Amino acid sequence: MDVFLLILRRDLKIAFRRWGELATPLIFFVIVASLFPLALSPEEAQLRASGTGFLWIAALLSSLLALDGLFRNDLQDGSMEQLALSPAPLALIVLAKTLAHWLVSGVPLLVLAPFLALSFYLPVEALPTLVGALALATPTLSVLAALGAALTVSVRGGGAIIGLLVLPLTAPVLIFGARATDLAVHGESTLGPLYLLAALAVLALSLGPLACAAALRVGLE
Amino acid sequence: MSEFLDMGGYARYVWTAYGITLVVIVLNAWLARRRHAQALIKVKQMDRSELIERTPTVRRNP
Amino acid sequence: MGLVRWFHSLASPPHFYRFARRLSPWLAVSSVVLIVAGVFGGLVLAPPDYLQGDGFRIIYVHVPSAYVGMLAYVVLAGAAAIGFVWRIKLAHAVAVSVAPVGASFTFLALVTGAIWGKPMWGTYWEWADARLVFELLLLFLFLGYMVLRAAIEDRDKADRVSAILAAVGVINVPIIHYSVEWWSTLHQGPTIARLDSPAITLDMLVPLLIVIVGFTVYFAWLVICRLQGEVLERERTARWVQQLLAERAE
Repeated sequence: MDVFLLILRRDLKIAFRRWGELATPLIFFVIVASLFPLALSPEEAQLRASGTGFLWIAALLSSLLALDGLFRNDLQDGSMEQLALSPAPLALIVLAKTLAHWLVSGVPLLVLAPFLALSFYLPVEALPTLVGALALATPTLSVLAALGAALTVSVRGGGAIIGLLVLPLTAPVLIFGARATDLAVHGESTLGPLYLLAALAVLALSLGPLACAAALRVGLE
Repeated sequence: MSEFLDMGGYARYVWTAYGITLVVIVLNAWLARRRHAQALIKVKQMDRSELIERTPTVRRNP
Repeated sequence: MGLVRWFHSLASPPHFYRFARRLSPWLAVSSVVLIVAGVFGGLVLAPPDYLQGDGFRIIYVHVPSAYVGMLAYVVLAGAAAIGFVWRIKLAHAVAVSVAPVGASFTFLALVTGAIWGKPMWGTYWEWADARLVFELLLLFLFLGYMVLRAAIEDRDKADRVSAILAAVGVINVPIIHYSVEWWSTLHQGPTIARLDSPAITLDMLVPLLIVIVGFTVYFAWLVICRLQGEVLERERTARWVQQLLAERAE
């Protein structure tokens, strides 16, 4: 537990020092979401119908971007090997790092999303569900993105293929999250998809770090 | 016979599907055999060069 | 006991290679026979469907491809896991060999599914069909595995890292399947004909099963063929390979 908190605090400190890296995924989120109306149409009817989708896809891509450098910085300065050698389980360390990244990239997303949603003419009543669904979904997305980073840690320019590896795996999150938001927009009960999102989050948080740790150990050899 | 080829009006779809299937099946066979053949070639080439490497060279006097 | 020992001996590359050499022709011939027989049954002997007429006959290539695609992914993940956990090189070689074949059959399932869709739904691609979307995601899983392998230079590392990806993928497959099914039932319009409901009678079913078996045997032949090449390359410095070359030269 000490190790967990130690790594968490360390990564948070590093993240705040490099605020540029913090801001990038969030700016990316806003930009991607904003490009959709430009590519399709700014009409209210269209935006209200498709706005949910735009938001979720932007959130997906931004999560991927946020965790791109999760392990690379540590790898470059050698601290990754130290962490792997430590007696603490690597999976726990990975979980702490992922949580730190989620705190700095996922949580601000939850703050920004409602504003973008309103700009897409989504009703105010749907906002709590949107934030709730994103709160359940972003941890899963963070874990999957971390997995992508771990798998490509030994690949030069690995960031490019993380999307190809991880995005198909995010389909269920996208489906349930967008569905929950849609139901809220139409004023219906959203419990089903929210439960499913929660289940996925539990699965991802429990198994994901183990897979990441295994991939890191192989990559570090 | 022509009734068979016509496939109740769906000829275009049925025969295209079967045609593409045939292409994929044959292509896979060709590629798989080629993989095997390429490996054999690589092994033969390497075999010779590896043997040359393994043969001890005579030490030259400086 | 003898059978178990024989099975274990297969994990040894030279034993496997010789066994594969002998088995290969049988697999090739029997798969062709089965496929031809099944296709003949499906195209000629089976009666036309009540709703779809002769158009339903695409089922005899679409369903077997989809089935083999799915089987391939399970084999891929299983072999990769075995290779990872028990460090059996041959298992990793199996995974490498299965990937391109699985991707091909999944691609074929997609294409034949789309062609089938055109006369039935009026469009080549129907996002609302859970099966097509699922096949597409499965194809991406195969491609992801192949791309990751190609990106890592060290072969051992590539083996093991892609094994982790395959394992994560296979856990996801039922989740993706369920979520896409659920999603498509929400969006299915009343005009979409359910493709899997030609009320299938025995004389329609038997050729389908024969083709499925034929495709599976063919898949096995393709994998074993590639596997022989893969094993040779991995083992090229071993003595048994040199002996083999000497034998072949005679």
